Amino acid sequence: MAQNILFLAHVDESGTALPRVAYETLGMALDMASQIGGTLTVGLVGENVQDVADSLVATGARILGVSGREFVYPRYASDAAAVQAICELVAAEVVIVPGTSRFLRVVAGVAARLKGSVDTHLTSLSMVGGTLSASRWFYRQRLEAVIQRQARPWFLVMDSGCHAAWTGDRGVAAVEKIDVKLPPESLRTRFAGVRVPNSDAQTIRPDAKLLFVAGAGWCKKQPDGTTHLPEAETAILDFLRISGASLGGSKSLVDQSGENQVVLRFMTHLNQVGQTGSTPRHPKGLSTCCHGEEPHVVGWRFISERRAINLDPNCGWARGKADVVYVADAFQVMAKLNALLAQRTDRKEEPVHAAV
Amino acid sequence: MSNTYHIVVCAGVVPDPLQTLEPVTTPNGPGLKNEMMLPAVLDPWAGHALYEAANLAARCAGSKVWLVSAAPKAKLQQVMMNVAQKASFELVPVDAAANGFADAHAVAAALSQAIEAIPGLDRSRLLLFGGWESASRGAGVTMQLVGEQLGIIDQFQGVDELTVQPDGSLEILERIEGGRHMVSVCPGPPVLLGWATGNLPEPKNNPQVGMANMRTIMPALQKAKPAALASDAVRFVSVTPPKQQRQTRVVKDQSADEIAAELLEWIAAD
Repeated sequence: MAQNILFLAHVDESGTALPRVAYETLGMALDMASQIGGTLTVGLVGENVQDVADSLVATGARILGVSGREFVYPRYASDAAAVQAICELVAAEVVIVPGTSRFLRVVAGVAARLKGSVDTHLTSLSMVGGTLSASRWFYRQRLEAVIQRQARPWFLVMDSGCHAAWTGDRGVAAVEKIDVKLPPESLRTRFAGVRVPNSDAQTIRPDAKLLFVAGAGWCKKQPDGTTHLPEAETAILDFLRISGASLGGSKSLVDQSGENQVVLRFMTHLNQVGQTGSTPRHPKGLSTCCHGEEPHVVGWRFISERRAINLDPNCGWARGKADVVYVADAFQVMAKLNALLAQRTDRKEEPVHAAV
Repeated sequence: MSNTYHIVVCAGVVPDPLQTLEPVTTPNGPGLKNEMMLPAVLDPWAGHALYEAANLAARCAGSKVWLVSAAPKAKLQQVMMNVAQKASFELVPVDAAANGFADAHAVAAALSQAIEAIPGLDRSRLLLFGGWESASRGAGVTMQLVGEQLGIIDQFQGVDELTVQPDGSLEILERIEGGRHMVSVCPGPPVLLGWATGNLPEPKNNPQVGMANMRTIMPALQKAKPAALASDAVRFVSVTPPKQQRQTRVVKDQSADEIAAELLEWIAAD
């Protein structure tokens, strides 16, 4: 029997498009609908969903929408009500959802309301023995598993970077609008803005091709017996500015700020990569002054090409975790590299690797 | 408005991150080789939630912290020997074979039952804390499931900061894409906060706090009721460690100029 497959998405902050991971997830949903032989329905949430719906006409899917002022900003109660209303109308067996912060907040709750099940941070979907199966990592990217469930609806929340983004021609969509009435208690929480952490520059760039990780060594005493924080900050910020890279930090470095030690002022917990930090997706990663111990390196699971600069030839990176380890002083190498990058940028008048 | 909170922190235990993990098949599904022998720690993000809870309770007179944890009793006892020295709390143990492969729905049901059974818990003052993800399953769904079962519809995930405003409302910073925080304001409890790192360092061990905590922790552990977690909700087709072991080229004899030139070529290559 053909299965009902629901693809859910919310309008992004621009109000006219979906988050990039949603287009990737839509590509995955269309693939799965084709493999399963199911019927795909698109469910949209936002202040105004018509513009986005028009961009999805080429999917050929039925499009449902929950819209209105109450759905402009993320909020658990209103978003959960919207998602629940769409799911109940479609009665889908499989619900495929992009892993945005907005939907990761609510999908599990909706699964509970519908007595379904939920799995998040999925990296792929496939048919194993004729049964829908999902792949995801356990123990912070240290074990990979393929799982199946009987319970329906099954909410499958996809991570970014796991499928090619869907593209198609615009048209005029006939959106079936769902009227969701929110009780007063659903409006208790009020959106009060977006705050960028205190930092000299925006250092987290999810779309950058290169991840630059700074370890605690940048704040340690150098051969002359003193620390060189200003030089370290300049070298790192110059590199980020010229290369367009995203900045990550090891836990030991980020924790120093909480322990009132000398720190890199732009480094926050948001930059932290590893067991208790993020697991970013970038094609390349360059680690500096970081030992490459397992709790940190698990955050590099989705970094394809890895290089490291470290004074210790026996550091963790040298034990099969990086492609190349340069045994060198990162202060010296980064100064030279920044000079070369600046020369090249002067010639081209653009960053070597601008964010895509 | 009274700023007295009943703070319930949900926290699991996970293998020490420095341990090598090897999957094995058990009669109840996948597990870890020598799982009971692996040193365990309090789940890191849930640990941050506990420290934030203790800090908030210390600033708001009359507030109290409960730590609800589903894990094998022996593991809990080992972990509590350390955690008990860091913050004042009352332990509510659930003796369950919870690990990364346990189904989040089953764990959430056990946790919510344990919370509902806490004597004297005022749900109108409830701040339900936990980590936004665990270091075992890492799904970030257990807290939402517990929240739904307790009827909490003001939920926040990836929380780095909670500020009690002069009028008693709660200002909450949640992590969103691009290294930014979304700011929300909620009039007050009951709320659920899945904590990210927060802003507090790990507290130093305080033996006096540890002694006071252990007076209630040990009896609670002895009385912990075993909870059977359903293991048939999810079927594991395979569980494997990553196969990729890189052939690392260690470059020891190049000058900074040569290394910089090589890195530039690598960075610029598509």
